[in-house]
Amino acid sequence: MRRSGIVLLLLGVLGGAPAAQQDRLSTQPGLPSQPDSARPQGIPTKPAARPAIPVYEDGTIEALHVAGNVYLVAGGGANVVVQDGRTGLLVVNTGPAATGTAVLGGIQQVAKKPIRLILSTSADEELTGANDLVSNAGANVNAGIGGAGGREPARLQGAPIIATEAVLHRMSGLKNEPAREPFGTWPHLSFYGPLSSRTFNDEVVEMRHVPAAHTDGDMFVWFRTSDVIAAGNLYSTITYPVIDVNKGGTVQGYLNALNDILDIAVPKFNNQGGTLVVPAHGRISNESDVAEYRDMFTIIRDRVQAMVDKGMTLAQVRAARPTLDYDGIYANPKGTWTGEKFLEAVYTDLTRNRKK
Amino acid sequence: MTRALIALATLLATASTAAAQARTDFSGNWSAGTGNFEELPLRGDPGVEAGEYVGIPLNEAARQHADAWQPGMHSLLEWQARPHPVTYSMRAPAPNFRMAPIINPDTQAIIGYTIENLFGRADRVIWLDGRAHPSKYAEHLWQGFSTGEYQPDGSLRVTTTHIKYSFVHRNGIPLSPYAQMTEIYKRHGDLLLIAIVVDDPIYLTEPLVRTSTFRLNPAQQVQVALPFEVFDEIPALDRGKVPANPLGFVDTRYAEINKLPLEAARGGAHTMYPEYAKRLTELMQQRPSPTLSSER
Repeated sequence: MRRSGIVLLLLGVLGGAPAAQQDRLSTQPGLPSQPDSARPQGIPTKPAARPAIPVYEDGTIEALHVAGNVYLVAGGGANVVVQDGRTGLLVVNTGPAATGTAVLGGIQQVAKKPIRLILSTSADEELTGANDLVSNAGANVNAGIGGAGGREPARLQGAPIIATEAVLHRMSGLKNEPAREPFGTWPHLSFYGPLSSRTFNDEVVEMRHVPAAHTDGDMFVWFRTSDVIAAGNLYSTITYPVIDVNKGGTVQGYLNALNDILDIAVPKFNNQGGTLVVPAHGRISNESDVAEYRDMFTIIRDRVQAMVDKGMTLAQVRAARPTLDYDGIYANPKGTWTGEKFLEAVYTDLTRNRKK
Repeated sequence: MTRALIALATLLATASTAAAQARTDFSGNWSAGTGNFEELPLRGDPGVEAGEYVGIPLNEAARQHADAWQPGMHSLLEWQARPHPVTYSMRAPAPNFRMAPIINPDTQAIIGYTIENLFGRADRVIWLDGRAHPSKYAEHLWQGFSTGEYQPDGSLRVTTTHIKYSFVHRNGIPLSPYAQMTEIYKRHGDLLLIAIVVDDPIYLTEPLVRTSTFRLNPAQQVQVALPFEVFDEIPALDRGKVPANPLGFVDTRYAEINKLPLEAARGGAHTMYPEYAKRLTELMQQRPSPTLSSER
C-alpha cells in the first residue's frame, strides 16, 4: 500500500484528519477516493479537531492541591497560592480587585479557616488589587494585643500583608507614581534585605527578594517543607517575561531570578516532580519547565543582544523575528503583555545598558 | 412469556460476551525487536541527525527552534536527567516495555494499564475507567496523562494530554505543551501494532503519524528503576549560559552527507507524502545542491 494510503487509513481509524488536511489529502493526485460506504463499521467519519490551546483565567475558579500543605486557587485574574495549616491560611497574592470575591470563595474551598497572612510578590494591581478584601476577610493572630487604653496601640484586625520595602514604597506613592487606592491594599510589614523567613503552620516560609527583575521589588516565596515555590510574576507558562523597565525591571535581573529558582528546585526523579513552581499566570510547573523558560529567555536575550551590538534598530530587530519560535506559546496577542511589548522591553533594556 | 425472557437473556448474554470479546487483553512484555524497522534511526541511539527535518510537518516556528538547537544543551544541569516525552518514548529508542493491567479489587474489572520501562522510566498509566483529564492548571509530565477507550474491533484508542514542552525529535524539533497524542493499540496474536498520531497546534501544520510493531516476549525482564545522574559535564558552561546556535544558522551537514537537496532536509508537511518524490527528483537533477532563498 502506498504510504499516503496508509496515512489516510490511519487517520480514518483515528477519527480523520483535520478538515484542511482532508481537503488537501482528497486532492492528492493518484489517491483513490474512499466513499463513506467503504469505511469499516465503527470508524468515525468526522474529522478530528486539532488540540485546543487552553484559555487560562477565564473566570472559572478552581482550587487544586499543589503539594504538601500548599494549594492553588486559579481562574481569577492571577494565580493565588494558599498554605493551609493549624494556624490558619497563608495567601500569596490575592489577584485583581475585580475577581476578589470569587477568589475568596476559592480560598474557602481549600479550607474554611481564618486567613492569617498575605504575601504580595510584587506591587502589580493584578496581584494586590484584592489585598484589602482578603485581608479584611481574615484575622490577625495578634489582633487581641493592645488597644482599649492598653500600653500598646490597637493592632490590625484583618490579616497582615507582607511585601518588600520597594513594593510598599511603590504602592504608597514614593516612587513617582500615584499612591495606590485603597490604602488597605498596601503592605503592613516590609523587608529590604535579600531574604525574610518565618515559620508559619509549622513550615519555614522563605521570602526571597530579587532586585531589578520584573520590577525593583519582586520576591518569590518558598515553602520549604511542602517544597513549593510561589514565583509570582518571576515566571509564567503563558506569557513572555514581564520586564517593566519603567519600574526597575531588567533582563539580567529576571534571568537571575529564574536561575535562583532553578538553584532551589530539585526534581523528584528524572526531571519532574519534586519542587513545584507556581507562576502568577499559567500552570503548576517543575524544574524542567522553569529551565525551558530560562532557556527561551536566554536564547532570545542572546539573539537581541547580538543585533543590538550590530547597531540594529528596534524595527530591524522586529523584522528579524527573534521570538518566532516561541511566539505561539508566549506571545499572548490578546493579553496585556504581548510578544511585541516583550521584545520592545528587551531591546530597551539591552540598548540602555549599551549606552552606559 | 418464559420463552421471551429466555430469548432476551440469551440476547443480553450474547451481547455481553461480544462486548467482553471486544476488550482485547494487552497485558504482557512487549519487545521492540521485531525485525520491523519502521524508523530504523529511531530504534537505535541517538536518533535523527541535526538539521534532519524531512518527513516532519513542522512549521516555520518549529524550524527556527530546531535550528537553534545544539547538542551542548543536553549538558545543562536541568537537561541531563530528562526522559523522553511520551510521544517519542513509545517509538524510540527501541522501547521494550511491560504492559500490566490495573485491576479494581472489588469488581476485578481492568480499569487501566501501566506501561513500564520506557526511556528514563517515564512510566505511563492509561486509565480506562472514564476519568476526566486533569485541570489545565495541573503539572505537565513527560508521560502526560492518558485515558483509553476500547473500540468495537477490540483495539484500544488512547488519548494523551498534559505532555511536557519537549521535542518531536531529539534534534530540537519542538513539541508544545498543547500537543496531544492519539494512539491505537491493535493486537494481532503475539504482535502489537501501535499507531501514534501526534498533533500540535503550535509547531505542526498537520498531525504526525507513525506506527510501531512490538512482539510479545514473556522472557523479557523490566529493568530496575535507575535515576539518571547529573554532573558538571562542561566546566566552562557558566551559570545562566544556554548553548544555542545564532539566529539564522542552518545546519546543512545532514543534507550534504546524504546528498539531499537542502529543501528536502528542511522538512514540512509536503515532504511526508509520496508525491514529493517528483519534486525531489527534480531537485536531485539540479547540481550543485540548491540552497533555499529564504535562508538567512
